[in-house]
Amino acid sequence: MNTSTAHTDHYDPESSKIGMWLFLFTEMFLFGGLFLVYAVFRNKYSADFHHGAHELNAFIGTFNTVVLLISSMTVAMSITAIQKKNRKLAVNMIIITIVLALVFMLNKYFEWSYKFEYKLYPGSPVMMNLPQGEILFYGLYFMMTGLHALHVLIGIVLLVVNIFKIRSGKVHHERFSLLENSGLYWHLVDLIWIFLFPLLYLVT
Amino acid sequence: MVNTSQENYLEYRGRFKGLMGWLTSTDHKRIGLMYMYAIMFFFIIAALLGLLMRIEKIAPGQTIMDAQTYNGVFTIHGIIMIFIIVIPGLAAVFGNFFLPIMIGAKDVAFPKLNLLSWYIYIAGAIMGILSQFIGGGAPDTGWTFYVPYSAESGTNVMFALLAAFVLGFSSILTGLNFIVTIHRLRAPGMTWFKMPLFPWSLYATAWIQVLATPIIGITLLMVIAERTLNIGFFDPALGGDPLLFQHLFWIYSHPAVYVMILPAMGVVTEIFPTFSQKPVFGYGAIAISSLAIALVGYFVWGHHMFTTGISYWSRWFFSFLTFIVAVPSAIKVFNWISTMYGGSIDLKPPLLYAISFIFLFMIGGFTGLTLGALATNVQTHDTTFVVAHFHYIIFGGMGFAFFAGIHYWFPKIYGRMYSNRLAYIAWGILFVGFNLLYFPLFVIGIQGMPRRYFDYLPQFQTGHVISSIGAFILVAGLVVMFYNLIYYRRKGEIASANPWKGVTLEWQIPSPPPLENFEEIPVIKDKPYTFDNKEEKASTGN
Repeated sequence: MNTSTAHTDHYDPESSKIGMWLFLFTEMFLFGGLFLVYAVFRNKYSADFHHGAHELNAFIGTFNTVVLLISSMTVAMSITAIQKKNRKLAVNMIIITIVLALVFMLNKYFEWSYKFEYKLYPGSPVMMNLPQGEILFYGLYFMMTGLHALHVLIGIVLLVVNIFKIRSGKVHHERFSLLENSGLYWHLVDLIWIFLFPLLYLVT
Repeated sequence: MVNTSQENYLEYRGRFKGLMGWLTSTDHKRIGLMYMYAIMFFFIIAALLGLLMRIEKIAPGQTIMDAQTYNGVFTIHGIIMIFIIVIPGLAAVFGNFFLPIMIGAKDVAFPKLNLLSWYIYIAGAIMGILSQFIGGGAPDTGWTFYVPYSAESGTNVMFALLAAFVLGFSSILTGLNFIVTIHRLRAPGMTWFKMPLFPWSLYATAWIQVLATPIIGITLLMVIAERTLNIGFFDPALGGDPLLFQHLFWIYSHPAVYVMILPAMGVVTEIFPTFSQKPVFGYGAIAISSLAIALVGYFVWGHHMFTTGISYWSRWFFSFLTFIVAVPSAIKVFNWISTMYGGSIDLKPPLLYAISFIFLFMIGGFTGLTLGALATNVQTHDTTFVVAHFHYIIFGGMGFAFFAGIHYWFPKIYGRMYSNRLAYIAWGILFVGFNLLYFPLFVIGIQGMPRRYFDYLPQFQTGHVISSIGAFILVAGLVVMFYNLIYYRRKGEIASANPWKGVTLEWQIPSPPPLENFEEIPVIKDKPYTFDNKEEKASTGN
């Protein structure tokens, strides 16, 4: 590709940012489908949903919300750090973000395994004996938090990539759109949780 | 403007030679062609499946396949045609190839992402084909995957669902790429309303791809969860609601119809001014109507569900909006015809295809209104009338626009000219075959012939026999057309840079285009489709 200029080094942070925002729209619509299903069944089985939400541990939910909010702050701080040419601080902030993400996942793991201990998972005999609205509530709970957890994992991978790129000098104070867009993605992961949390834990 | 100091994109040697040079190329022109070859390959498979169905229906009772095989064949035919061919279709082929050139850019905004979406597309397409052969047999749900059957069928539905999911991903990335390209890479001086109309239609299409496709993604995931985890969203026994699936499915799949047809409209909008040597009539109206179609198209999905028992008012509302969405389409038709009026019309093959596009699209459109009206919908729902309607729109509209586009841009893409005589002959056979194949389905549909049945009552035989004869004629036409295009791709006469005296940017550069399209990025002063000084432009074009 030696003669090609358009195809190799064309850096336009504005384009990348527009592209990222469009991608985030698609993510919102992806979850939007689940929110729609939630709205329909919440309307139809509001008492069962009330009861189901009561069973969820609001303390762990709140704790995880706080963890994610702080992680959103640290990822934003890493972007500011890189703009101020402080690469070490930027990397440290990303590491803190990743640690917080892992704390979130660990909590999620305990929460899910607690449910599994009581044989409460989609398709289990215990679950099939619940009232219909609760079956759907837990179905939504597992699917929504599961899909969200998958996004957390993708976010972690993105952040790890950023650490390597900063260390190798590919992401620096004049060229940080990868980090900025990963940050946007991380905020989305946070934002979706902000909606999941009240819908699943606080509707009692 | 034309000089040959740069290699053209077909001859360019990058790091790799031959096939690898194509498979690793991020050049939008090569990616466009790779989409085209893949689409042609899958089109031949799906068309043959369609022909098999028509042979089965040449007489009542079992002819060449049993009922279960027939179910598999129409499902795979639908999945390939919809998800693998017409949804990427014109946008991925001509959009990739010509969008950057027409707006005066060297490439799309994200060339690597563009190549990635091609690979995702191929992965999805291969999964779709494999679903036919592995596991519990070919999926038999129809391309619509309606629950509860798709959650219960013992056939290989999972694989087909995953294939559609993956293909959706590719579609989203292409749409995203095009939006950013149009926002960021227009040549200096090209304001929004100096942009040609094909890019306008791609812009509207891309927004639908980005905003509607995730809905089908999550819906397919829910069906997968239904099958694997018994999650119950669509299962009445667990409190779920099967109709919810239909809503979610059509929230995407109706806008997807406009993903198919909008680029087709864009292509013919390029063709009419060129072959009338006259500025397009109602530029603004055509541009805005694309956006209007994209917008209103979001809110008509319920017209697929009139017989499911949704409430009176929602039926009324969806029916009303369905009639509204016909308005911008009609505006386009009037504008195309007015563009030709008083022009110096040159009835070359591309224009012939474009005019037959209008004819077939209008039959499809009007029968769409028959289906969109509440009373007649009940009569014609799930009959072959519906089959005929959407084949007139998808094949007669999108398909013929594709043929128009490939005949229009062929000299630009390959730098060679096909045989006009063969093109006219192929058009004649295709047009006759198409109408013979699909028109009788309207008639027997109104008489009560259901769709997706492998058998029928003797009273429908005349219609089915005519239709099957039409299928053979249509296939013969396709063979002639493919021969003409494939053979003359290398053997045809050398084409000039501007054989049709077009004025949009792609005609101002050599044929085939150089690697980076433009020696110098052009500066745009005029509105597009300005034919004032056409003598001068034609001479610089050679």
